[in-house]
Amino acid sequence: MALLEVQGLVKHFVAERSLFGRALAHVKAVDGVSFSLEAGKTLALVGESGCGKSTVSRLVLRLIEPDAGAIRFEGRDLLALDAGALRAFRREAQIIFQDPYASLNPRMTVGQILAEPLALHDLVPAARRRERVEEILRLVGLEPRLARRYPHEFSGGQRQRIAIARALAVEPKLIICDEPVSALDVSIRSQILNLLRELQDRLGLAYIFVSHDLAVVKHIADHVAVMNLGQIVETAEADALFASPRHPYSRALLSAIPLPQPKAKRATVLLEGEIPSALNPPAGCRFHTRCPFVVERCRSEAPALLADGAGHATACHRTAELPSADAILPTDGGFSPTLSKLVAAFSRKTEGGRPAGVNIQCAASTTK
Amino acid sequence: MSTSPLIEIEDLRIRFHGDDGRVTHAVDSVDLSVANGATLGLVGESGCGKSVTSLAIMGLLPKQNAEISGAIRFDGFDLLKTSDQTLRDLRGNRLAMIFQEPMTSLNPSFTIGDQIIETILRHRGGSRKSARERAIELLRRVHIPSAERRIDDYPHKLSGGMRQRVMIAMALACDPQLLIADEPTTALDVTLQAQILELMRELKAASGAAIILITHDLGVVAEVCDEVAVMYAGEIVERATVDELFSAPQHPYTVGLLGSIPRLDHRAEQLATIEGMVPNMAQPPAGCRFSARCPFVLDACTRTPPPLVEISAGHLSRCIRAPLELLVS
Repeated sequence: MALLEVQGLVKHFVAERSLFGRALAHVKAVDGVSFSLEAGKTLALVGESGCGKSTVSRLVLRLIEPDAGAIRFEGRDLLALDAGALRAFRREAQIIFQDPYASLNPRMTVGQILAEPLALHDLVPAARRRERVEEILRLVGLEPRLARRYPHEFSGGQRQRIAIARALAVEPKLIICDEPVSALDVSIRSQILNLLRELQDRLGLAYIFVSHDLAVVKHIADHVAVMNLGQIVETAEADALFASPRHPYSRALLSAIPLPQPKAKRATVLLEGEIPSALNPPAGCRFHTRCPFVVERCRSEAPALLADGAGHATACHRTAELPSADAILPTDGGFSPTLSKLVAAFSRKTEGGRPAGVNIQCAASTTK
Repeated sequence: MSTSPLIEIEDLRIRFHGDDGRVTHAVDSVDLSVANGATLGLVGESGCGKSVTSLAIMGLLPKQNAEISGAIRFDGFDLLKTSDQTLRDLRGNRLAMIFQEPMTSLNPSFTIGDQIIETILRHRGGSRKSARERAIELLRRVHIPSAERRIDDYPHKLSGGMRQRVMIAMALACDPQLLIADEPTTALDVTLQAQILELMRELKAASGAAIILITHDLGVVAEVCDEVAVMYAGEIVERATVDELFSAPQHPYTVGLLGSIPRLDHRAEQLATIEGMVPNMAQPPAGCRFSARCPFVLDACTRTPPPLVEISAGHLSRCIRAPLELLVS
């Protein structure tokens, strides 16, 4: 049984009301989204601003209520839970936000921030909480003595570690990571991505990883769902999607990422025009205004998300007729032999002489 | 590189004096030059001094608390010594800049046409009518659809990608010789970023202007630039052509950066990480500024600041252990 199953999720926000409070216009933020996630795996939701990926992540936690659809967590219907049961569920699913500067209470010490969920869910007796907070801090690579400090004393990367620690405090099965590395500098980004992967391996966590960056997604995801204007247009195992993207939108996204390889020869799909507004999505296929392969049928009839035998699903009328994606795919070989050796030496050396408190120390079985 | 560069920065140092009396070393002994028609990428992480360097070129640093020394030579002027009047004549005319945030760098109470026309009239004079025609043509050049109608729109009516196009059109209004683009695509979605990068390549080919592109994204550098300067803690630590930098970097910081980015064209089980933190620039370390985070560090590195030396033709590194290949062969 899947850990999380989402069926036909819909959320329309009211964008404009009449004088008497009647809704005049809706933003169709999420319009019929379905997916499932196995325990211990990572599903990435990918798309551009306004595609609904963050809304989906909040709906899954019931931070906002869906208009239609079903969400099952370990078989339980989440939408049927009352307030008490919902609070109990939140112990099993947590969220990490993009901006580590805004998501930590500046008036609480790190120790208080981490002890609060323990107290709320009555997980650890008051006397043992300090000890537990120290364990969690070690787990995310921070020194226990930092528990007495306030968030403003930390850098962005360290704050994101604290946010991860807070999510881990309740020993969840699922963590939703909403653009967790977008606000961070490149070198810090890799520390957090490595940390997330290590924690997943060690604790068997499932992640929903919301991101606009396909390179990051390729690194971390097992399964990918590409969203455009409130709908999933393509979903597949990560390897399959990156090896042969089918939907014209997935291809455009993939080919739009600049490669750090000066001589890379590949064709790029340049989309014309702007991203349409979710307030008034185009009729038919919602991508048709920007699609290079558009035909008459796309303008009137919305394509269904159809899966092949291997579970690679695409919502496009022309899936079978599209040319091969080989020309736009980046070929391996981004690393020259010299660079490979240098990076290997760089990493080996840093593994050896880690400065204390910056990386994960041995924290075996601290959570059980 | 051609014999006489368009712009030459020599020993640029910038210190900020804080209200509390603390002095921050934002930029230290930066030497740079860009030839006509070349594109230089200035790469580094937050706080490395890349934006401050560009603001110094434009003469946009606050005089009260920024202490600037060195020389910035542009077309016979030393930009650090010219009068405000001369600078105003140069800015928007022969020197132009595009900022990261297209949402805040346009004036919301004027139409985009007014803002472009103002630039043209200020530097080129002529009639308002001809300036308006020129503005429409510029909007067409940056691929704004139905430019003759759009010119009368206010900025709030345009999307982020459109606004960035307007910013570019404005920067190009007087055919600048040098265009500084500070993270021009960072605030944009990837498909829009691809459009803007394509546009920059087009304009580069058509106008022959030199470009300084400031970015943290090594992918953008590889796609657009000819040469790269990597900055760390206020200093240039490496300078090379893009091909050289991406295939055989000569500074450990560059190696760390290249190893730490997740890439579509390379599978890595574990990404490289650069441990530790950027030094406090109120008290920069005595030796190499990267030494505390460098896996290849020697005792000598922490004692004296390393000079920027040429490792091979046109490839400079501020590391006493370069050439780095010798460490791994």
